Amino acid sequence: MIATSVYVFVFAMWLLILVGGGLIVTIVGPLSFGGPDGLNPILNSGIKVAIALLLVVAWIFILSQVKNWIFRKQIKP
Amino acid sequence: MENQIIVAILVSIVAFFTVFVVTPFLIKFLEKRNLVVKDYHRKEGTMIARPGGISIIIGIIASELVLYAFLPSIHILAIVITSSLAFCVGIVDDRRLMGGWFKPVALAFCAIPILLLGAYDSNLTFPLFGSVTIPVLYIGLVIFMIPITGNTINSIDVLNGIASGFTSIASFALSAALFVMQNYEIAIASMALGFVSLAFYRYHKFPARIFPGDSGALVFGATYGTIAIVGHVEVIAAVALLPAIVNSFLFLSSVKKIVEHRQIKNPTFFSDDYKLGATHDKDAPTTIVRLIVAGKPLTEKEIASVIFKLAIFSGALAVITAFFMSVRI
Repeated sequence: MIATSVYVFVFAMWLLILVGGGLIVTIVGPLSFGGPDGLNPILNSGIKVAIALLLVVAWIFILSQVKNWIFRKQIKP
Repeated sequence: MENQIIVAILVSIVAFFTVFVVTPFLIKFLEKRNLVVKDYHRKEGTMIARPGGISIIIGIIASELVLYAFLPSIHILAIVITSSLAFCVGIVDDRRLMGGWFKPVALAFCAIPILLLGAYDSNLTFPLFGSVTIPVLYIGLVIFMIPITGNTINSIDVLNGIASGFTSIASFALSAALFVMQNYEIAIASMALGFVSLAFYRYHKFPARIFPGDSGALVFGATYGTIAIVGHVEVIAAVALLPAIVNSFLFLSSVKKIVEHRQIKNPTFFSDDYKLGATHDKDAPTTIVRLIVAGKPLTEKEIASVIFKLAIFSGALAVITAFFMSVRI
């Protein structure tokens, strides 16, 4: 039963990797800031890195919630 | 293609038999010099030789150099150099107890040859959606990848045979994924890691005759991480490693800081009938082993079997992910 929870968690992580990758490629990748001339490429890249890092933090937060939900019985103090 | 099959067979033979032949001599050598540690999970508290990283690195270098002789490329050189540096970090940690930050920082430096040799591609490819070009961010990814994979494998080196058996399954899965993606050179390099860890598993499985030590576990992890970077299969490699990543994630989210594993409370206890059960100590970290034995105490062999089945499951997900790499939605 416990082992099943671990399988579910591994599968959930896999799905989150697929979805997270999709977000990075379809949303963050094509982003460009600053109108027709655009921003300095380094600044543009820096903003995209910041957004990507925010997405990683959100990804870890979601994973934490999924973990707490799947293992709610086992990790209850 | 025929030539590559011959090279694959030759590299696999060298990888497996180098470790298979060298390890018994290493065990005798270490025992003679009293380089042994107690196996606390054994009835008699048997003393076990450590570190086995010496035979592991010999196997990696020998097999990868054979591969380099037939298919010379900077990618193979990067694997050999990074693995050797990770071995040096591990052997320092085996000889002296270093702080929790030592390994991540030192392993980050081990990634530098990959950057200097230019053995990477700054496109990060995701399944189903395509790739993003991240030249600056990718350098950070390379530097982070080696400490992450090194410490991830090191963190599951808690029971007899787990680190070597798990690495073997993950490496073969990665190799299969690389074959699917027709990256044959790195697929063979990954196969070599699979056979090195499989040969070491022969002596590491319960009842173990040798422990890999930090030097062995870090070589496993760093070699795996380098293969992921030079093979351009970072996401697939992470998927194959998921059970170990889950372990690190559970550990870090319960401990909330980076510490040396020898400094933390044991998440399991050893029962009178020599089975491992989950401790009720709320200060002890949550780990994958603690979750597996939360229902009922299990023997070391039974826990290893559960972890290996999980590794096969995530390996299958990794191969599915490789097929997804050529699909676009």
